[in-house]
Amino acid sequence: MLDGEPCSILDNEYVKPGKGQAFNRVKLRNLRNGRVVEKTFKSGDSLEGADVMELEMEYLYNDGEFWHFMATDGSFEQHAASQEALGDTVKWLKEQEIYTITLFNGAVLTVAPPNFVELEVVETDPGLKGDTAQGGNKPATLTTGAVVKVPLFINIGDKLRIDTRSGDYVSRA
Amino acid sequence: MNWQPSAEMHALRSRARMNQQIRQFFAARDVLEVETPVLASAPVSDPNIEPMCTSEQRWLQTSPEYAMKRLLCAGSGDIFQIARVFRRGEAGRRHNPEFSMLEWYRVGFDHRRLMDEVAELVTQLLSARYPQLPRLNLSYDEAMKGYAGLDVHSASNEQIAVLGQQLAGQDLQLSRDGWLDVIMSHQVEPSLPADTLVFIDDFPASQAALARVSNNTEGVAVAQRFELYFNGAELANGYHELTDAEEQRRRFVQEAGGRPIDEYLLAALEHGLPDCAGVAMGLDRLLMLVQDSGNIADVLSFDWSRA
Repeated sequence: MLDGEPCSILDNEYVKPGKGQAFNRVKLRNLRNGRVVEKTFKSGDSLEGADVMELEMEYLYNDGEFWHFMATDGSFEQHAASQEALGDTVKWLKEQEIYTITLFNGAVLTVAPPNFVELEVVETDPGLKGDTAQGGNKPATLTTGAVVKVPLFINIGDKLRIDTRSGDYVSRA
Repeated sequence: MNWQPSAEMHALRSRARMNQQIRQFFAARDVLEVETPVLASAPVSDPNIEPMCTSEQRWLQTSPEYAMKRLLCAGSGDIFQIARVFRRGEAGRRHNPEFSMLEWYRVGFDHRRLMDEVAELVTQLLSARYPQLPRLNLSYDEAMKGYAGLDVHSASNEQIAVLGQQLAGQDLQLSRDGWLDVIMSHQVEPSLPADTLVFIDDFPASQAALARVSNNTEGVAVAQRFELYFNGAELANGYHELTDAEEQRRRFVQEAGGRPIDEYLLAALEHGLPDCAGVAMGLDRLLMLVQDSGNIADVLSFDWSRA
């Protein structure tokens, strides 16, 4: 815990001048927003441990304010994520898909999507028949509202495989 | 369970070779090799070094300094030792809580003359990897001015604390010397010229430890102490040794903080320490340089995690 924010330690270097105070130079990633900060501590100083855990959870539904998930470990444990916790993952949200939920003090801190999701196209320019090989692309809107660049032959109703890390079209599903 | 050594065999051979070179270097100069107790009745007084203690209330040496000074007081003349020393909690890429230290004392030398000898030895030990080693001598003031833009003598405590806080990323509630350590380790050390033996001397009198204090050419009191830096690592720390038993007792009492004081050393100093200079050098760090390694575990047969 650093300034009330849960962080993970990326790097911790011990620095000891010959005859002086010893320090630890620590690189931390803020688990809430992903930002990396570097800070120096006096050696021996302690920070409060963050009560953080990760769970695999299935997306159930949105009640207008919160997004609800259920644990896949057979416990049927449920957690609700706020819009802030969900962040950009909202673009890749699909019922029955499995997401990695980070809980902090029992509340949802972040929701990470799987690396690939399959989503249906709800809007795009009509497909060009026969054009399956040539380059060129066009925007397509998916069921979640996300807009991705797709090849010209894609039609409304097609299911697409998307890489959530880059937001890129991979293939037709 | 990983029973395998953390060092590769060539690193072990490199260590054996380095120890041989050191012994030859001192044999050629008539410096006597000595051994002193690893377990002593009193620990180091420096509050920044945390000693380990056995269940028999014996302290593992954090450096062989006190016992070697007693030998000097007893008339040993020039002496050196390759010692195993122990410091609680000092673990990291360049630190292992148990490590090897070369310490030597030269009667009649001041710290400047000893710096020359340190440069000579280190140049020999590193010659396989660094055939040419330029040398740079800086005073503490020059180093702070040149690499951190800080005029140590005119800077107020607040100015020093502000710069220190910028580098640390937060307020660590440190003393003036504490913040100076932050500036030295975070800003100055990484900016020193590469592949160069950099000696820094004339430390602030408040950081004298067991060194003499004298006035520099501008009349400011400075410690006759030096540190050797090489490629961002600190390799050696030396003093023109304090011989005044009264002053030594005063510094011991001031910093002991509940630890027992080494009365043997004080009694020996009262008897009389010859005018001498002494230096301690981390051998594992030197081996890391010879081996081009970024991790001390690579040069230890078994590092702390598998000792």
